[in-house]
Amino acid sequence: MNATELSAREIARLVALRELSAVEVARAYLARREAVDARVRAFLHPAPADEVLRAARAVDEKVARGETPGPLAGVPVAVKDNISVEGRPLTCGSRILEGYRAPYSATAVRRLLAAGALVVGGANMDEFAMGSSTENSAYFPTHNPWDLARVPGGSSGGPAAAVAAQEAALALGSDTGGSVRQPAALCGVVGLKPTYGRVSRYGLVAFASSLDQIGPFARDVTDVALALSVIAGHDPMDATSAQVPVGDYVRAAEAGVRGLRIGVPRELVEADGIDGDVRELVAAALETLAERGAHVEECHLPTAATALEAYYVVAPAEASANLARFDGVRYGFRAAAGDLEAMYARTRGEGFGREVRRRIALGTFALSAGYREAYYLRAQRVRQKLLLDFQRAFARYDLLAAPTSPTVAFPLGERVEDPLSMYVNDICTIPASLAGLPAISVPCGFSGGLPVGLQLIGPAFAEETLFRAAGAYQDATSWHRRRPPLGGLAPAGGRRRG
Amino acid sequence: MTSPAQGWEVVIGLEVHVELATRSKMFCACPATFGDLPNTNVCPVCLGLPGSLPVPNRRAIELALRAALALGCRIPPAARFDRKNYHYPDLPKGYQISQYEEPLGIQGHLDLPGEDGEPRRRVRIRRVHLEEDTGKSVHDPEFGTLVDLNRAGVPLIEIVSEPDLRSADEARAYLEELRDTMLYAGVSDVKMEEGSLRCDANVSLRPAGSQAWGTLVEVKNMNSFRSVKLALEYEAERQARLLSEGLPVRRETRHWDEREGVTRPGRGKEEAEDYRYFPEPDLPPLALPAAWVEEIRTSLPELPAARRRRYQSLGVRPYDARILVAERHLGEFFERAVQAGAEPQAAANWTLVEWQAYVKETGKGLAERPDAPEKLAKLLALLARGAISGPVAKDVFREMLETGGDPEAIVAASGRQQIADEKELLAVAREVLSANEKAVADYRKGKRNALAFLVGQVMRTTRGRANPEAAARLLERLIEEG
Ligand SMILES: [Zn+2]
Repeated sequence: MNATELSAREIARLVALRELSAVEVARAYLARREAVDARVRAFLHPAPADEVLRAARAVDEKVARGETPGPLAGVPVAVKDNISVEGRPLTCGSRILEGYRAPYSATAVRRLLAAGALVVGGANMDEFAMGSSTENSAYFPTHNPWDLARVPGGSSGGPAAAVAAQEAALALGSDTGGSVRQPAALCGVVGLKPTYGRVSRYGLVAFASSLDQIGPFARDVTDVALALSVIAGHDPMDATSAQVPVGDYVRAAEAGVRGLRIGVPRELVEADGIDGDVRELVAAALETLAERGAHVEECHLPTAATALEAYYVVAPAEASANLARFDGVRYGFRAAAGDLEAMYARTRGEGFGREVRRRIALGTFALSAGYREAYYLRAQRVRQKLLLDFQRAFARYDLLAAPTSPTVAFPLGERVEDPLSMYVNDICTIPASLAGLPAISVPCGFSGGLPVGLQLIGPAFAEETLFRAAGAYQDATSWHRRRPPLGGLAPAGGRRRG
Repeated sequence: MTSPAQGWEVVIGLEVHVELATRSKMFCACPATFGDLPNTNVCPVCLGLPGSLPVPNRRAIELALRAALALGCRIPPAARFDRKNYHYPDLPKGYQISQYEEPLGIQGHLDLPGEDGEPRRRVRIRRVHLEEDTGKSVHDPEFGTLVDLNRAGVPLIEIVSEPDLRSADEARAYLEELRDTMLYAGVSDVKMEEGSLRCDANVSLRPAGSQAWGTLVEVKNMNSFRSVKLALEYEAERQARLLSEGLPVRRETRHWDEREGVTRPGRGKEEAEDYRYFPEPDLPPLALPAAWVEEIRTSLPELPAARRRRYQSLGVRPYDARILVAERHLGEFFERAVQAGAEPQAAANWTLVEWQAYVKETGKGLAERPDAPEKLAKLLALLARGAISGPVAKDVFREMLETGGDPEAIVAASGRQQIADEKELLAVAREVLSANEKAVADYRKGKRNALAFLVGQVMRTTRGRANPEAAARLLERLIEEG
């Protein structure tokens, strides 16, 4: 039995029963990382082997003492490099935080650790989560495990690739406009963006505070449900975290889809740029759900068409303030310069990459006197309208369904020079982000050997409904059981379909 | 001497920052104490470290509401926090959490007390809002600029007045009344020296009688009540000189230079600054439920204006009432003496003269002499029923403070009870009359103060024990009888 083949819940169960030690699990995953990460490059800061083994030993000792080791005992987790893990480097994929180490752990990380999880490293990302391909990492791009010449998606490309390549059983990403769901789709894994407020943001380096949510990745729906049940819940350190009871997500993932009404917003399925294969595979997935007892019909989300524009005003506006603290004064990179103004300008000019500078400029402009009304306030009104659209839709449907990404993974380098073509990647994921709604991406087939994702969107705090549908779909299919052709310890999964 | 200010009306609005008396900071649990070693009261939140988030301090919101209610503000059902964006080394997040479009208090007022006890001017309060303080930059000749973030995140309220003040004097009176109101409301210890009260002013001039607005100059860096008055006087004169010479006033920010006694232009950038305010996404809207607001309103103690009115209604002179309210420790002494039965104006006199003098000389106060007000009330009763004279009472007051003795016992032991009985005074009176024939003659010629002199002689001979009125009556009668 190789632990990299097991689900997170199987690992935890076996470790708790002492049928498998956390140290064995750690060794297996470290070996896997050793074997494949030179090609995938999922990790910016792989945790040193001795640290991982020490944590694993602590879990085993707990078990030996007869204590409950927690629902994620011995489960290796990759953490996106914008989520704080005490004592570990935290760069957000940026030069400006080079050398910075987090002095405290994010609430989500603390909860994972308390549940017995092993943090196996800081995973690569687009700088400050701005991007859809992980090519905006200031350090190096991550490669898609299904085709190393292609992008893993982004901005949480590292965590998605780590899970797909079996370098971690779970991963934490962050989703602002699709940054968990889109790389999950492109890497053939399951990724969830919880309802805004479901998971504490404390310790997540902010990109756009009103949109950011930490979300889990796993190779199947039930593991994602398990991870969410560990990290979800109110946190007194985050004033926007909700006081809403946490559901039994694992059970929901097994409860079946019968009787659920699923609306398919025309505006998301028919949007420009959606690949033909993607559309067909999503349609086929919806048929499968219908066969399992869901009622599926077309619906409308009129404001979805303008959501992308609104997002690219609101998110940069918030980012322009959130990133103001990276000024070279207290920590991180500082450029040598004569006076204060020059130090600010050179530190930020050299410390931030092109895309980050572009978005700071965009956001600063959208908030500046004379333009605030035309941009920022107008975008907020679009957001309000979109919220009403969703409310209307959820009066009739339990869930909405759409593609996650308009296309499969694209070749590295193809879109880096064209930011607009990159922004369009988010067209299907942004509406749920702007409305703060939970959404999940599940593998729903392959096009040209590359994974495609089905996105399900639920009403606020209806993660259980999402898990019901996603779990039922996964139960009816085997896409999630395929493994990328990386060789090494894992057998190649089902044959690629052309 | 004609001042260039003649013919111009000064228009002043004040923006006052008051530090709230909370134990911890606005958005984290760090202590909000003053004077600790630099950068010791800090955590990821107030350092603005990546990933940290603000959580509002409920006590700070409550104190801000107290302040707003004490100023008669309207409290909206909800307020909001906004980000005010600018770069400065002592601003760790690169923005300050403040309130811009939806402050927690609007449309209040503060009355400036006048000489006669009636308000001399009502100053409208535009808004009261809550914000976090920044850190402190210390410019050191050896090490360059050093930053202390102990202050960063300490809760402040900003109180913005309408441009209703018409002189530097009024501005000072406004500040004093605001300070006393905040102190009474328990909002802050309002110490200008420690920076827990800070003031910026907007000053403009217009021709007397005009309703138009002149060009606004913002004056900053005034660090005491006195410097506010001096700075605003200077600034009004400066603008008047320019205008009188037909020169324009520049719209700008100027800094008060205490040493030179002048205002100087700031660093030019301040005018151009666009703070790009937008709602703070890390904080949900701040709900201000009516029941909570009412609870706070009813818990407000008597405020200075009401207290002055009450003192005056007890018969205390307006001037005395003002001092008793402004000097809170004297007010407390006075209140307790009155509660123990002292006649209010007499209690006010004794508080303001004898007790204040004692406090000044000895440095002791109510803490050291806890039952002094009650003893004063007893002493005043002795005085009122003529058992002792005024001069004796003053001696007894001192003795009772020093020995802690009871006034009645002190009087009895000293044998200095007042002599009001004419039979007892008769011998002394005769002696005084025969020894002062010239004064007697003067009195007969109609010189009233000759009698006062004779009474004084009786007092001297009895070592202050004689009742002056009884002595005067007796002397008059004896002179008339010839
Ligand atoms: Zn703090």
